[in-house]
Amino acid sequence: MAKTRRPPRIGDAPIFRNTMIAIVLVLVALIIIAPLAVIGYEALSKGIAYFGKTIANSDTRHAILMTAMTALIAVPINTAFGVATAWAITKFDFPGRRLLLIVIEIPFSVSPIVAGVAYLFVYGLQGLFGEALQSADVKILFALPGIVLASMFVTAPFVARELIPLMQAQGRDLEEAATSLGASGWRTFFFVTLPNIKWALLYGVILCNSRVMGEFGAVSVVSGNIRGQTNTLPLHIELLYHDYNAVGAFAAASILAVLAVVTLIAKVALERRGAGRVRRPSLAGTAPDISETTP
Amino acid sequence: MKIRLDTVVKTFDTFRAVHGVSLDIESGELVALLGPSGSGKTTILRMVAGLEFPDGGAIYFGDENATDIEVRHRGVGFVFQHYALFPHMTVGENIAFGMKVSKTKRSAAEISGRVEHLLRLVQLEGLQDRFPAQISGGQRQRVALARALAVDPKVLLLDEPFGALDANVRRDLRRWLRKIHDELGITTLFVTHDQAEALDLADRVVILDKGKIVQTGTPEEVCRAPASAFVMNFLGDANRLKVTVSGEKAQIQNVTFDAPDIADGPAELFFRPADVTWREDGHGIQATIARVIDRPDSRRVLALTVDGQPIEFDAAPEFPFRADAHGFVEIRRPRVYPA
Repeated sequence: MAKTRRPPRIGDAPIFRNTMIAIVLVLVALIIIAPLAVIGYEALSKGIAYFGKTIANSDTRHAILMTAMTALIAVPINTAFGVATAWAITKFDFPGRRLLLIVIEIPFSVSPIVAGVAYLFVYGLQGLFGEALQSADVKILFALPGIVLASMFVTAPFVARELIPLMQAQGRDLEEAATSLGASGWRTFFFVTLPNIKWALLYGVILCNSRVMGEFGAVSVVSGNIRGQTNTLPLHIELLYHDYNAVGAFAAASILAVLAVVTLIAKVALERRGAGRVRRPSLAGTAPDISETTP
Repeated sequence: MKIRLDTVVKTFDTFRAVHGVSLDIESGELVALLGPSGSGKTTILRMVAGLEFPDGGAIYFGDENATDIEVRHRGVGFVFQHYALFPHMTVGENIAFGMKVSKTKRSAAEISGRVEHLLRLVQLEGLQDRFPAQISGGQRQRVALARALAVDPKVLLLDEPFGALDANVRRDLRRWLRKIHDELGITTLFVTHDQAEALDLADRVVILDKGKIVQTGTPEEVCRAPASAFVMNFLGDANRLKVTVSGEKAQIQNVTFDAPDIADGPAELFFRPADVTWREDGHGIQATIARVIDRPDSRRVLALTVDGQPIEFDAAPEFPFRADAHGFVEIRRPRVYPA
């Protein structure tokens, strides 16, 4: 068969295509792959044994513990907050609804350091509640509660942001149908609403969790960086680095990197499952007809 | 169950959706709420269901004032416009849902027996393990109906039940719903914007415009004696000519029509395209043929009166088309309404 020369589609000329692909590949390699590879390489540069020793260091272990504790407290609270917010915004009409939509986005647009400083002003010694808290002997700043609060501020929008578009698309029909069939509010939530938002909810929780574990700016202001006491993993990495303990810093960083990669794999797995459900839309009425079998 | 609406009012923000609607629905009756979009028909249906609450007036189920009873406890079966089937449950689980959450406890065997019975009723035997996304639109509609019937509702409410289906499925389902209603004898209220659907299915048609009832009656009553120009227009194609009334007689050119109870002055004459005879000579309203549109069973002729008012009428498929042919329009069953 003779090869017919046809003009390429718009934007499909070989030079343009190859240049674009090359630029993207080089940038990905330089910006994303190389630093991760360096972390792994440097962490293991003095051998597995030294890596193990660094991780087993009591300050590092304590930092890991702090990060895990923070995530264990902040993520469930923010999940509940996110579900409640998404529910309120999508299922009810109330004054200030639009304002709330904007307000919950603030942590996305504000630099985390601003959040940290703001917490200093509210809970610090010279802050609004400073004296009251001190006389009650409640320690919020430079302790776990402050770290949790700052992390929660930064990650507040994650779950709600995932749920709002989905719940908006689903509308109120399913809940109305369940209620008209006699279901109570709780039953409607657990048997009708929750099963239809579970993938988006899990995705939001995973994003929220990875951000809580990796948060640096806001936490660094409120934690006070006390080694072995109020250091989270990201803060600890910085300390090690400033101590010229490069291998220790890289070893600790590799833990965070591994956590991030696990999170990423979980996210991809969820997206696959989610993609399988795209053809199964949430509102039965809008699905394409498969066959019309009239009895 | 008899339903009575007593001067029901509903306002959304600043928009008045329903203005003082009163309506009696007899036990076992099948009633259509018919109106254009924005006429308040869905709002009325949702208030009967308890999905919205009126700002004024009352709703009675039998002798009981049901105005403030929640939808959960009102005992209605509601079929949503887009069915609102639970996408994560099978057809069988969808139908069983109401029985599982009900206060009347039923055994698992009892529930599955009833699910099977309902599937037979809606002619979907063998589909109980499918998911809603795996069945057709018409089948989903029937699952939604079975699910609503499963809780033994006192009243069945349907919101645009056939709106999302194509024409043939629609006609079949319409006849089928009528059959189910006759078998079960359950008081049924449905909303539609499709006049053919309302006339085909309902015992009684309630026509709404801008949140008010403009006419209530059997299909025959509303078709033969439309109460206003709006009803005349809304129920089907209608021609409208400007006429002058004097002494209860409407006049156009030199033709007169009876116009009982119409005040002197300008008025409007309405008639259906099928109620016209075209004559080459004789008497009638003088007109000129402009164009024809061919249809499977007839020919629609577009004509202009001498003073330029359009008239459409239906003629036999053999009707000869000659542009600018002059002739006379003779009208049967004319109706005159105040302008």
